[in-house]
Amino acid sequence: MTQSNNFGFGEDETMLRDSARKFFADNCGPEKIHSQVADNPDIHRAVESKWDKGLWKQIAELGWTAVCVPEAAGGIGMPVVAAVALAEEAGKAAFPSPLIATLNATFAVRECNSDAATKLLGEIATGSSATLAITNEKGSWQATDTGVTAKDGKLSGTAYFVQDALKADVLVVSADSGNGVALYRVDPAADGVTIHADAIIDLTRDQAHISFDGAAAELLDAKGAEALTKAMPAILCITSADMIGSGEWLLQTTTEYAQTRVQFDRPLGFFQAVKHPLVNVMLAIDAAKSLTYNAACAIEEEPENALKLARMAKSAASDMAVFSSSRAVQFHGGIGFTWECFVHLFFKRQMHNHILYGDGKYQRALLADMLIGKAA
Amino acid sequence: MSDASKDTPEQAEFRAYCQKWLAENHPGQPPVHIPQGALELSDPDALVWLQKWQKSAYDAGLVGADYSKDCGGGGRTGCQAIANQEMQKAKTPFLPNIIGLGMAAPTVYFHGQEGVKQDLLPRLLSGEDIWCQGFSEPGAGSDLANQQTFARKEGDSWVINGHKVWTSLAHFASWMILLCRTSKDDKYNGLSYFVVPISSMIGKGVTVRPLIKMTGETGFNEVIFEDLVVEDKYRLDEVGAGWKVAMTTLAHERGAGPLTTPSAGGQVNEKEKGPSIGSAAALIELAKVSYRNGKTAADDGAIRDQIMQLMIRQEGFRQNQRRISTKALNDHPMRLPLQFKLVATEMNQDIAQLAYEIEGAASSLYVNDDNAAAGGQWQLAYMNSFGVTIAAGANEVQRNILGERVLNMPKSK
Repeated sequence: MTQSNNFGFGEDETMLRDSARKFFADNCGPEKIHSQVADNPDIHRAVESKWDKGLWKQIAELGWTAVCVPEAAGGIGMPVVAAVALAEEAGKAAFPSPLIATLNATFAVRECNSDAATKLLGEIATGSSATLAITNEKGSWQATDTGVTAKDGKLSGTAYFVQDALKADVLVVSADSGNGVALYRVDPAADGVTIHADAIIDLTRDQAHISFDGAAAELLDAKGAEALTKAMPAILCITSADMIGSGEWLLQTTTEYAQTRVQFDRPLGFFQAVKHPLVNVMLAIDAAKSLTYNAACAIEEEPENALKLARMAKSAASDMAVFSSSRAVQFHGGIGFTWECFVHLFFKRQMHNHILYGDGKYQRALLADMLIGKAA
Repeated sequence: MSDASKDTPEQAEFRAYCQKWLAENHPGQPPVHIPQGALELSDPDALVWLQKWQKSAYDAGLVGADYSKDCGGGGRTGCQAIANQEMQKAKTPFLPNIIGLGMAAPTVYFHGQEGVKQDLLPRLLSGEDIWCQGFSEPGAGSDLANQQTFARKEGDSWVINGHKVWTSLAHFASWMILLCRTSKDDKYNGLSYFVVPISSMIGKGVTVRPLIKMTGETGFNEVIFEDLVVEDKYRLDEVGAGWKVAMTTLAHERGAGPLTTPSAGGQVNEKEKGPSIGSAAALIELAKVSYRNGKTAADDGAIRDQIMQLMIRQEGFRQNQRRISTKALNDHPMRLPLQFKLVATEMNQDIAQLAYEIEGAASSLYVNDDNAAAGGQWQLAYMNSFGVTIAAGANEVQRNILGERVLNMPKSK
């Protein structure tokens, strides 16, 4: 099967992306985000989730949460590349919100077959936020691994590394039902649910481990591991797109600094020791971007190859995330090493995203199993 | 990654025509050994066979499709890319007149004098005349504008003296595109651009001497001009406009010019089984039959990771080429086109280097050893890969260009 020349990125997707770009430019420049999430540098500060709920309401009104909800469930039913473009713009703004978590949860719930799943998708389409609680204590990214068990519609155990858990209206939880891993919907405010906020480095999101002690749960799909595996290419693409956006901000900001900061009587960018690595950052961003749009397009147009292509994209994007953030701090020099410089917001978001759902080496180990065969 | 559904009616009709013609006229396996690329050509028999192939593809309209008819082209629009895709798909031999097609033709087409381009381009496009490029000099490599070869005006003619090096295909060439100096007063505005005859003037002002590459192969040369007389009609554009004309050449060399370069290829020698040498997929086949530490290289975690890195880079390069035609996903129009030469040549170099490493002890064996892994082709590919990371503006210069033109950083010169 051949994919469309333009990755399926047509006029509607371009309009959505451009409106998102304008929204972020108008509403949340880095100054504003920094004053919002980085007001307290105290290393022992209490954990808080800081974000603008008013903006989230606007986002819901703009329909962004409905973009990848199927029309039959009350959504807009746009292709995955549309969500990728939104994630890229959100990454470029280092936007604190449950948007990325909700997009990821949307793709998992889309793969569930039940009235409960359809109902949840409808709620997401009208602005409910959701997040995936699918990771165990060891930080396994395997869909079949979970630290939660389900019995008679009640959950017990603990899910770890839950993204933007303090913001989400709905939890989508994987739990061992005794008959494989199933996916459940849980109300974070329900009895028996305790959200323990993690003290994390990234200031532009929150994270938690969540314990369930006989918490009421609604079954979304008994074959939850299968649904998560099917959703994984989209989740990898969304996470990659977030990094591509942040990478572009880091590149442009560092380049501007290199044009103006003068040392040895010349702007830094004159020196090839600065200029050439910044070009290398650009090359890394562009390869990751092309791979990500390719993988996202493949989810609809070449599904048999989607997981392979998405792992390629995540590998490239994760490595680029580390590279772009390290070079940005280095080339900003002394100021880049300070809390007041905005670079650390993006540095920390990149370092967080790069490990989510597996870093570059993890993706390549799984790719090697696919393309070479398991090692002896 | 071609997508026939996006073809214009003219392109769709032409694509169908190319497919039919190629099905009936593929030249089949060559009777002589054909090297990995045109720049490695040293056997005249191989050249003759490849020229015959280029002529037949030209006569059929698959080469030069977008050039105007008075210059020997097909007079079509956007059709060379279609022919290229179909020739690649049909796994044809490559086109031997690579410098003529990629650099000389668009330059002569856009800057040549009337009459001259109608005279020279048909035999260039057909491959009957092989062309070479006279840019590099002993003192003008990456600093291309530092040309010392001098053209002196005498009456209606020019008298040329100087020394060109790294001149690929000069030993077969009928013509050369020549960048040289016509004034010593200004580094850039003192340059002019000519086309000059080579083979017909050997011993009459032109000397071609082979340079031996680090591989032991020939294929490129030094060319010495001693009072070569060239008519003024062979000057391209104005006197002093050589740098501007050279930019047309370089833009096309980097795949960033208005005309698509005719290119074919993909043919695999019958003796080489499996994925072709040079591709990342071939690394897997190689790793499965190479040993290290008591198991195959394909079972070694570090090697597996590196092969995957290169397969990802190769897919990324492919997808960049696809994204370039999606306007909405390009915030800067030159950002991707100006990367191609740099990214492709470094990727190919790293692929060959990893193959060299995967072969282990056997990597010490060369093409003239019967036990050489893959016939020593990876060793050749690795060493030859430096030709292209250095040529056409060393990749360090490419990084300057990207940093200055796309990222707007100050010039490093």
